[in-house]
Amino acid sequence: MMSWQEAADCLARGSATLLSLWGEPGAVHLALWQDGAVRHLAFACPDGRYPSLGRCHPPAIRLERAVRDLDGLDPVGLPDPRPWLDHGPDPASYPFLPAEGAHLHQVPVGPVHAGIIEPGHFRFTCDGETIVRLEQRLGYVHRGVEALMQGLPPDTAARLAGRISGDSTVAYALPFARAAEQASGTEPPPRAVWLRAVMAELERLANHLGDVGAICNDAAFSLMHAHCAVLRERTLRAAAACFGHRLMMDVVVPGGVAQDLPAAGEAILRALIDEVRLRVPPLVRLYDATASLQDRTVGTGIVRPELARQFGAGGFVGRASGRDFDARRMPGYPPYDALAFDVPVLAEGDVNARVWLRIREIGETLGLLGQLLDRLPVGALRTALAGQDGEAVTLAEGFRGDVLIWLRLEKGRVARCHARDPSWFQWPLLEAAIEGNIIADFPLCNKSFNCSYAGHDR
Amino acid sequence: MRRTLLQGLLHRPLTEDLPRGEEAACITLARRLDAAAQRMLGRGLSIRAVDAGSCNACELELHALNNALYDLERFGLRFVASPRHADVLTVTGPVTTQMREALVRTHAAMPAPKWVVGVGDCARDGGPFAGSARCCGGAAAVVPVDLWIAGCPPTPSALLHGLLTLLRRPPPGGTAPAGG
Repeated sequence: MMSWQEAADCLARGSATLLSLWGEPGAVHLALWQDGAVRHLAFACPDGRYPSLGRCHPPAIRLERAVRDLDGLDPVGLPDPRPWLDHGPDPASYPFLPAEGAHLHQVPVGPVHAGIIEPGHFRFTCDGETIVRLEQRLGYVHRGVEALMQGLPPDTAARLAGRISGDSTVAYALPFARAAEQASGTEPPPRAVWLRAVMAELERLANHLGDVGAICNDAAFSLMHAHCAVLRERTLRAAAACFGHRLMMDVVVPGGVAQDLPAAGEAILRALIDEVRLRVPPLVRLYDATASLQDRTVGTGIVRPELARQFGAGGFVGRASGRDFDARRMPGYPPYDALAFDVPVLAEGDVNARVWLRIREIGETLGLLGQLLDRLPVGALRTALAGQDGEAVTLAEGFRGDVLIWLRLEKGRVARCHARDPSWFQWPLLEAAIEGNIIADFPLCNKSFNCSYAGHDR
Repeated sequence: MRRTLLQGLLHRPLTEDLPRGEEAACITLARRLDAAAQRMLGRGLSIRAVDAGSCNACELELHALNNALYDLERFGLRFVASPRHADVLTVTGPVTTQMREALVRTHAAMPAPKWVVGVGDCARDGGPFAGSARCCGGAAAVVPVDLWIAGCPPTPSALLHGLLTLLRRPPPGGTAPAGG
């Protein structure tokens, strides 16, 4: 087994990618992506101290700050000693990083934003219109989900997992269920595995449709938004008709799924696929042929490929900057190993590339839904979890990127759980991408990332 | 673009009638609304939404109210950016300890008369996050709540019915929710 120091060296060299870092009393855990596999390391630290990985690998810094806040473990040598998820008794005293220069001014934004948006604080330092530094402060939505899960039966904890980030409720419930199954030694029935993928793809479709429009709306092009919002609504209604809930909360459960596709379900979903296939191409042409819109999205908010690689950015943020990673393909999980789909990758890394990634993924998702419906196995929906103790690390690809769940079951209950949102490795890239852009382009850049505040803060 | 706009003019509007009363069960009045103040509001409400620890599902459904099928603004309801312009504060989430201050300040920044609507099961009592040391256990622990709209998350039609209750305009064919 790899030592802590070897892991640090691999991360710093770039021969491994950090998937997550989390703690429990007396031990710190690390998940790496290396040589095409997930590696999980636990490092005992009975004195509550461990050597910081953030010293040599910046993507670990926020995770280590969070582990210190939540578990009291001290990362020795951590370059940034400030709290992260726990704002402490005196939140106003938080020292933001300095930016010095003759004509700089600061713009503080949030936690309450001018819209229906999740809470977070952005501290802009600007030279005129140009942003010279953005610093994020998150943690406002920290609900203590992982602590709440301890001691719960897996079914109850799954409901919490499905509410870590509501827009990704399937993307969380799925890896949670898979972790519970792997930890307990349970095999879910094939029909359940395929129905889960139907839900995961519907969720991806709804989010991509909504966000393509919302990004354009942040460039003041509301026409796209109006049309995309209707398609999103059609998708949610189809989801409600098929699975009893617009966002499909609590349908993916440990051991299988809670309900079957109704008799009319297949026809409803095929009609949805047909409608989206019909309506999206004219909208794509509209996006591509509107010069005033392209002027805003092309070349704006560029994420450099080397940063995407170093941070292991998942989802469309990473893939729009050349990082070819999709958890459905690698490490892969059923039923995707039996399905044909492309993972589009672009190199430009700007807002436009992230929009195009979403557009391409809408096409792939429609294809996947068709294949899933064509070959949906028949049979049972759910098996009871086997009773054995154990732990497991699972990944699942949500619309935003790979969600990681680590779960330890003891005596049929959740002993510990860790959930890592893809946003952990995307938020820091937004700080980098916005540098040198004008402050008026921040909403556009931010929406093109669409990081989850709730998923990050959990 | 001309083609898209033209098609928009030629087709029937997508906007649907207000769904019938089945959603009214999701709504409870936390406090009796002051009739005089309601008259003052007339036919319009400006709404400021604050996410106080939501998982963002409630936000998605609040957003959906603005789509062409629900078209919130035809009822005189609209979301505004500043609490200074707002009559109604919607609160989502169990109110995390770290959002408490921001919620109190947003409420304080609104001019009177003002109303608070708790949106979703979390805002009611913390929902699935009840009992967390990191949460205050719902909106009423922090601000005075006038109306609850239940659901996890509430559907857009439940949200519409709930917000229209403030204007005391029961849906056609539906029943007005009981006061309490």
